Amino acid sequence: MLIHLSDIRKTYVLGTVALEVLKGIDLDIEKGDFIAIMGASGSGKSTLLNIIGCLDRHTSGMYHFEDIDIAKRSDDELAEIRNKRVGFVFQTFNLLPRFPALKNVELPMIYSSIPSNERRDKALEMLKKVGMSHRIEHKPSELSGGEQQRVAIARALVMQPQIILADEPTGNLDSSSGKEIMNIFKELNSEGVTIILVTHEAAIAKDAKRIITIKDGVCDSGCN
Amino acid sequence: MDVIEVLRVSRDSIMSNRIRAFLTTLGVIIGVTAVILLVSIGEGARRYIQTEFSGLGSNILIVVPGKTSKEGGTHMGTSAVRKLVYDDALLIKKRSRHIQHSVPVVAGTSLIKHGSKSRSTYIIGVTEDYFEARSLTIDSGRFINTSDVDSGRNVAVIGRTVKKEILGEANPLGALITIGSTKYRVIGLMAPKGVTLGFDIDDIIFIPTTSAQVLFDTDSLFNITVKVRSEEEITAAKNEIKETLIKKHAGEEDFTVFSQDEMLATMEKILKIMTAVLAGIAAISLIVGGIGIMNIMLVSVKERTREIGLRKAVGAKNRDILFQFITEAVALSLVGGLIGILCGMAFTWVIPLFIPSLPTSLSAWAIFLAFFFSMSIGVFFGVYPAKKAAGMDPITALRYE
Ligand SMILES: Nc1ncnc2c1ncn2[C@@H]1O[C@H](COP(=O)(O)OP(=O)(O)O)[C@@H](O)[C@H]1O
Ligand SMILES: [Mg+2]
Repeated sequence: MLIHLSDIRKTYVLGTVALEVLKGIDLDIEKGDFIAIMGASGSGKSTLLNIIGCLDRHTSGMYHFEDIDIAKRSDDELAEIRNKRVGFVFQTFNLLPRFPALKNVELPMIYSSIPSNERRDKALEMLKKVGMSHRIEHKPSELSGGEQQRVAIARALVMQPQIILADEPTGNLDSSSGKEIMNIFKELNSEGVTIILVTHEAAIAKDAKRIITIKDGVCDSGCN
Repeated sequence: MDVIEVLRVSRDSIMSNRIRAFLTTLGVIIGVTAVILLVSIGEGARRYIQTEFSGLGSNILIVVPGKTSKEGGTHMGTSAVRKLVYDDALLIKKRSRHIQHSVPVVAGTSLIKHGSKSRSTYIIGVTEDYFEARSLTIDSGRFINTSDVDSGRNVAVIGRTVKKEILGEANPLGALITIGSTKYRVIGLMAPKGVTLGFDIDDIIFIPTTSAQVLFDTDSLFNITVKVRSEEEITAAKNEIKETLIKKHAGEEDFTVFSQDEMLATMEKILKIMTAVLAGIAAISLIVGGIGIMNIMLVSVKERTREIGLRKAVGAKNRDILFQFITEAVALSLVGGLIGILCGMAFTWVIPLFIPSLPTSLSAWAIFLAFFFSMSIGVFFGVYPAKKAAGMDPITALRYE
């Protein structure tokens, strides 16, 4: 079992108002799975994904990532997990605008004490894998949306994580670029990488092996 | 954590905002320049006084009226000061075999005239031994001699400035100048000494002590300048002077004997304090510069909120972010510090070329101090913005618009 969530709740406190966004999620994810999380806007999909990726902490419940009890881990240990075991892909790409594609892909390795020549080699390899080896010196502003997202995927892959978490990765792309991105995900999954992606497009979700729907912070279908 | 990478990121972020970075460091540049320059001027003055004092002739003791505090310096709060008189000077010489010369000195300012020209000048009454005691040199003519002093002759040895202002280009020797209301014959012209620290050492006239006592209508001395035979005899001479004068002054020690070293030490102490105070004031502008750096770092942290969020998302720990931003702040202040050091050195070098009377001396400790001070300012004022960056919640940071 790669991921085990049981009765996960998340409450945001805004001033004096407590907003419960996740209201008890039970979910198990196996290695090699390809999951699409669907649901209306504001239903809590991103919140769930961020908790799975250790970018955010759940308020109550149990979360085991590869048998690690996340609630008991320090911020530094979570940073370590994000660095080595998780790759994030965002809707808005989140590339660093001042740096060329290559440097952006190298970024996670900087926080892992990998020597610079090795960083470069691995980054080049990943850019080749996503079909971007001809644009390594381009800055994000010089790339199309689809190209930026491919660079972002290379960055997510470069540490060879067990799992890729993608929050509406095609949301800002035209349909043909979106299709190309989905093809990359499918290929990665066929290589054994676990993929969880959030989307509200049924056409995207149909590529996944399993579809989960979230409604008002609870699992509507597809969970355990 | 890769230090080279941190430095590279710092360089890129500073270089991507060159003008902003330059304006930010300007405060530190000005502060460091000021510290180095002021310390150099203070050091220059100290060195100047040191060489100037040793040029005044060595093994000199000065007896002044009034008991001063142990620290030396000026006469302070003395009640009923007994005067030093001409005979005191003669007696000192007679009672001590360690003393080579003992010169009764009278001093004051007076109006001098020649033709239509007039000037207020420093007049010093001395005896024939003064010139040898003080190692003074003459350009033309002769010094005051024993018979000038004994008969209270109205003769004068004048400095360069006096000659230039009063006599012009004419041959000064034999000229008659009026000091107060009496005519004096010029018998000698001093070698030039120059203007330093605002004092024109050449704006001076020497006359016999006896004549000066008449001119200023006084029998009390300004000081007694004593030349001791050798350095080893200074303490003995000092004790003998005290003994002689206490006896003569009815058992009261109502005078003070300074050695040249003591006076030099006092002057140096005053200059050191002055230098430190000035450097301290300059350092305040460094602090202002530090606040400027903090301000721009806060702006930078805000601008790069999403970058911080992203770095955390891919595995940066809080201390990685902290280190990154402190490094940038230190880089900014160090660049400012280095430019400031160069400016300070340049000014230190250029100023004496344009203002010869302002000697400067670049000191290594001022440079080191400025360097470390600017570095600590980077750390001190960089910590708060860096902590702000490091403490950001990654999700909030990633959502920041
Ligand atoms: N940091 C936060 N503070 C307060 N409320 C939040 C925060 N993040 C998300 N929310 C709220 O939680 C709810 C779910 O958000 P999210 O998980 O982003 O939804 P989805 O991704 O399904 O559109 C929304 O109502 C949103 O306003
Ligand atoms: Mg969302």
